[in-house]
Amino acid sequence: MSVTSGQLATGGNRIGGGLLDPKQLLRSLPDAVRKLNPATLWRNPVMLIVEVGAAFTTVLAVTDPSVFAWAITIWLWLTVVFANLAEAVAEGRGKAQAAALRQAKQDTIATRLIDWQPGARANAYRDEAVPAPQLRQGDIVLVEAGGIIPGDGDIVEGIASVDESAITGESAPVIRESGGDRSAVTGGTRVLSDQIIVKITQKPGESFIDRMIALVEGANRQKTPNEIALNILLAALTIIFLLAVVTLQPLAIFSKAYQAVAPDSGAITGSGVTGVVLVSLLVCLIPTTIGALLSAIGIAGMDRLVQRNVLAMSGRAVEAAGDVNTLLLDKTGTITLGNRQAAEFVPVEGVDAATVADAAQLSSLADETPEGRSVVVLAKNEFGLREREPGVMPHATFVPFTAQTRMSGVDLTPDGGAVGTARRVRKGAAAAVMKWVRENGGHPTEQVGEIVDAISGTGGTPLVVAEHVDGEPARALGVIHLKDVVKSGMRERFDEMRRMGIRTVMITGDNPRTAKAIADDAGVDDFLAEATPEDKLALIRREQEGGRLVAMTGDGTNDAPALAQADVGVAMNTGTSAAKEAGNMVDLDSDPTKLIEIVEIGKQLLITRGALTTFSISNDIAKYFAIIPAMFAGLYPSLDAPNIMRLSSPESAILSAVIFNALVIIALIPLALRGVRYRPAAASKLLSRNLLVYGLGGIIVPFIGIKLIDLLIQFVPGIS
Amino acid sequence: MTMTTAGVIFVLTLVAALVAVYKPFGDHMFRAVTGTKQSRVERGVFRLVGVNPAAEQTWGVYARSVLAFSAVSILFLYLFQRVQNHLWLSLGFDPVVPHGAWNTAVSFVTNTNWQSYSGESTMGHLVQMAGLAVQNFVSAAVGIAVAVALVRGFARSRTGQLGNFWVDLTRIVLRILLPIAVLGAIALMIGGAVQNLTAGTDVSTLTGGTQTITGGPVASQEVIKELGTNGGGFYNVNSAHPFENPTSWTNWLEIFLILLIPFSLPRVFGRMVGQHRQGYAIAAVMGILAFASVALTNVFELAGHGTVPQAVGAAMEGKEVRFDVSNSATFAAATTLTSTGAVNSFHDSFTSLGGMMTMVNMMLGEVAPGGTGSGLYGLLILAVITVFVAGLMVGRTPEYLGKKIGSREIKFASLYFLITPILVLVGTAAAFGTGNNSTALNVGPHGLSEVLYAFTSASNNNGSAFGGITVNTTWWDTALGLGMLLGRFLPLIFVLALAGSLARQAPTPASEGTLPTHRPLFIGMVVGVTVVLVALTFLPALALGPLAEGL
Repeated sequence: MSVTSGQLATGGNRIGGGLLDPKQLLRSLPDAVRKLNPATLWRNPVMLIVEVGAAFTTVLAVTDPSVFAWAITIWLWLTVVFANLAEAVAEGRGKAQAAALRQAKQDTIATRLIDWQPGARANAYRDEAVPAPQLRQGDIVLVEAGGIIPGDGDIVEGIASVDESAITGESAPVIRESGGDRSAVTGGTRVLSDQIIVKITQKPGESFIDRMIALVEGANRQKTPNEIALNILLAALTIIFLLAVVTLQPLAIFSKAYQAVAPDSGAITGSGVTGVVLVSLLVCLIPTTIGALLSAIGIAGMDRLVQRNVLAMSGRAVEAAGDVNTLLLDKTGTITLGNRQAAEFVPVEGVDAATVADAAQLSSLADETPEGRSVVVLAKNEFGLREREPGVMPHATFVPFTAQTRMSGVDLTPDGGAVGTARRVRKGAAAAVMKWVRENGGHPTEQVGEIVDAISGTGGTPLVVAEHVDGEPARALGVIHLKDVVKSGMRERFDEMRRMGIRTVMITGDNPRTAKAIADDAGVDDFLAEATPEDKLALIRREQEGGRLVAMTGDGTNDAPALAQADVGVAMNTGTSAAKEAGNMVDLDSDPTKLIEIVEIGKQLLITRGALTTFSISNDIAKYFAIIPAMFAGLYPSLDAPNIMRLSSPESAILSAVIFNALVIIALIPLALRGVRYRPAAASKLLSRNLLVYGLGGIIVPFIGIKLIDLLIQFVPGIS
Repeated sequence: MTMTTAGVIFVLTLVAALVAVYKPFGDHMFRAVTGTKQSRVERGVFRLVGVNPAAEQTWGVYARSVLAFSAVSILFLYLFQRVQNHLWLSLGFDPVVPHGAWNTAVSFVTNTNWQSYSGESTMGHLVQMAGLAVQNFVSAAVGIAVAVALVRGFARSRTGQLGNFWVDLTRIVLRILLPIAVLGAIALMIGGAVQNLTAGTDVSTLTGGTQTITGGPVASQEVIKELGTNGGGFYNVNSAHPFENPTSWTNWLEIFLILLIPFSLPRVFGRMVGQHRQGYAIAAVMGILAFASVALTNVFELAGHGTVPQAVGAAMEGKEVRFDVSNSATFAAATTLTSTGAVNSFHDSFTSLGGMMTMVNMMLGEVAPGGTGSGLYGLLILAVITVFVAGLMVGRTPEYLGKKIGSREIKFASLYFLITPILVLVGTAAAFGTGNNSTALNVGPHGLSEVLYAFTSASNNNGSAFGGITVNTTWWDTALGLGMLLGRFLPLIFVLALAGSLARQAPTPASEGTLPTHRPLFIGMVVGVTVVLVALTFLPALALGPLAEGL
């Protein structure tokens, strides 16, 4: 995948994966304060409770001021601000991208063609200038070199090179032409050469760039299904703890009345636990950490995709990516390099391999196809045959490949070509070359046929090499074995997938025998050979009926039904509008391998949520140990026993817990934005690792943190 | 043999016996709830009540059937008590007062068997046998039926059907509860429990006074009281009464009967979902929690902190001499870990921390192993919550047994585990807020425990009494009645709703990426979630009660 991806438009001030720029925190602060408005905060019930609590303690601190009450109040407000800050920082990253995209979305004036018909002559239609936002679906526009394409659409006539850097960040121009799978153009991109006629396919205001802006800004972000479920659980926990705290009051009053001799303290008086302490206990117990970071995690997850130049049309699709059971991958371009390459020279009996290599090289010198180049490269690598430039051999006449002859080669005449034995070399499809041998008086041996069949049997493509020296019958020298070359590292990737429980299926138009050979070579779990779009669709349906989630990539119009049917359909940006409409993600780099990364990002998103939830809940244990002795040890001295942290005073214990609770949010913002480290592994391994780090860590860390804070604040007058 | 060794042997033999019957008895229950062949008696019952045994119900219909059946049962039981003086075998007792009758009716129908009355001096034999004992059977069967419906939700796919409540109820009573009850009653009679219909015998006491000793159909009621995790004693002192629980070995047998069904139900679960190991995992969670609790209760009781136990050498106050400390502690743990609520000793007199354990056992939500059926469905809900958090940590939308745990499932699971803490905490706070705690015998932390225990016991449908508190006032009868009613039926509705939503799903096949839910790690997590999420909610309240007293 492209290293430079992740650079949108201006490419500038984007933050790398993990680092959090402190300046970014400062910049987001005004937004964080603005988010204190309860009208927006109600979407996050956990933090709303904290805000209501903070407001309540503010009233108490005003009516009955003390250092302790004010300190708690300030830190409660900070808790809410920190939570808002997490969300604001996550959104802030998207805002920079959105601003860049808006620049691309200049209001252009389009040239609309009226009464245009395919193939119409220039004088058969009129044109008029229309502002781009007024274009309707189905309008035909003309874009000339240097012009901005006014909206998303398909080219209906012409070919042009287009600068798409506004959306992809890639500065190299791409070719777009009418017909076929490269006809889609995106509004906001610039035509560099030639002119094209485009049929607008977008509805006004729903262009690709509009959608991108909405996505990266996170405006009106819909909560994803899993996020909703987690919110329900968090709300339930909040209700339980709210009740546990509220119902404690009558019990505390009863206990205080019984232990009337115990002096009133900052924590408990005759009228029960003080409001400030009660709110502190509540805020410490409810899952504030995950509540504060939940929406930032979601926004950051989408952002990580955008950084890899993938646009997810919904958060739902990102989550689904983590759940994918079956991955459909196209063979060409994804699993194998685009073209076949020479892998071996197989000589017939009586000929040595070097001779075959020499003849093969000679016959391929003029063959500029990737296959031909690979023959030359192999000859050089294996037999040290230097590449001979066509110019070096003045007496050579090259015979190019044609669809009729189905072979290429070279005719050599010795020294000036006047006299002597001429030598002709040919390489090509077995049948064509054999025919050529026979026509020149030769009798190909049975062995050639055997070699050819053997190579075909393993999924390779055989090219027969033959020569004809004047005065002798032509003879076949040997066979070049062309083979699909699996991209390096793919086998490891598929092994990883298997460990993650994901089945990979290779889709290819090859015959089953060839397909099987490549599938074995690449290490995919299964393959679909001679695949038609209908076969693909049927395969997806079959998988889904078994309860499996399917992801695939596609670019052509005939991929559209399968893309729409798949749970995660990634359309290539180079593809047709139909494909981009049907899929739920678009890869701006048009790199089919990226599907694997998308799956990992989806998983990472869910893991981060789970890990921080576990951490948040585990934290409660230490907080109980801090707060319960602080509240009640004055009443019942035996309740000082759980004060194993030996916190210096009830006030400092409670304040330390509240401060820890707030600071841990700030401390975890980078983790929420970056996501928990993810390495592909089996579920049980992932669980034990994450449980150890975030479960056990969540139990231990607050003990240390609260103690350290207590050591510091015990010196504050009015606290100890 | 020291008291400790005897206690250890007592516990270990119980564990061994439960392990031995897990498979055969679990399989027997599996056949009972999944079989489609009806016996002649069953066919008769179905014809009588007009049920087509082949017709299945959606979760809504199933829930309405449960609720309708229970509502009719409560009404019947209430009227039965109110007119008992006109019926046979009333032993001359007056009608039960309205608030007492309401409380008792709710109590027995909800499988709580909280008793604000004294059995031998309030209820005639007919009410005991035809009213209370019948409910002991059917309320236990209702619990098992609902648990089976939930398991069907996991086991089935793409269907709205969860089985037929009337068929489940009938088959569970006839094939599971009745046969064991008969065998158990005979065993108890051999052990010395009484079984007759006499009104009582007058005897002269050592001090020269006269005492009426009430006889009655004790053994038959005793056995289902334990087997169905009901706990409503024939006598006020429950299983401490020599007619109910005469010897140490009947004590062992009664504990065994208490634990038999709840601990064997995971086998049914494992078989129905087609993976025995899932059943073992659930049984292991129950076992770990139960074993830890029994051990802790024993340790606290045997250590015997407190002034009086130290002075007399053991914490024997409130315990029967024939059971000693350890057998009493184990019985107390077993009866509170299941929703039984039978007692053979006075929990109020336990050491503070030992007493706290009985409370904590109930606060876990009655899941280790819990009541008949209710224990299994309670624990499965906790497993769903655990799967949700743990499943996220492996990077997939959480799924349990191939069923995705989405927002709908989490909604019902959350509502389920919200109910009982709300009822316990609000009830307790209300008692203190309204001054109704004044009927507690004690003040200070122990008085707080007495009130907290009452609401914990009622709302979790346990029914055991800490004692030391007068609860037959109108306020207490009403409040605890509401606690029992809501604590039973609201969760039950949410369980069935969850089952309905699970059954509709198509199953997701397991892969390497699926969270394994049968490994020790997951078992440990469910234990952790149960302790942290459920029990910790009560920590502040416990701090002012038993912890203040016992630390």
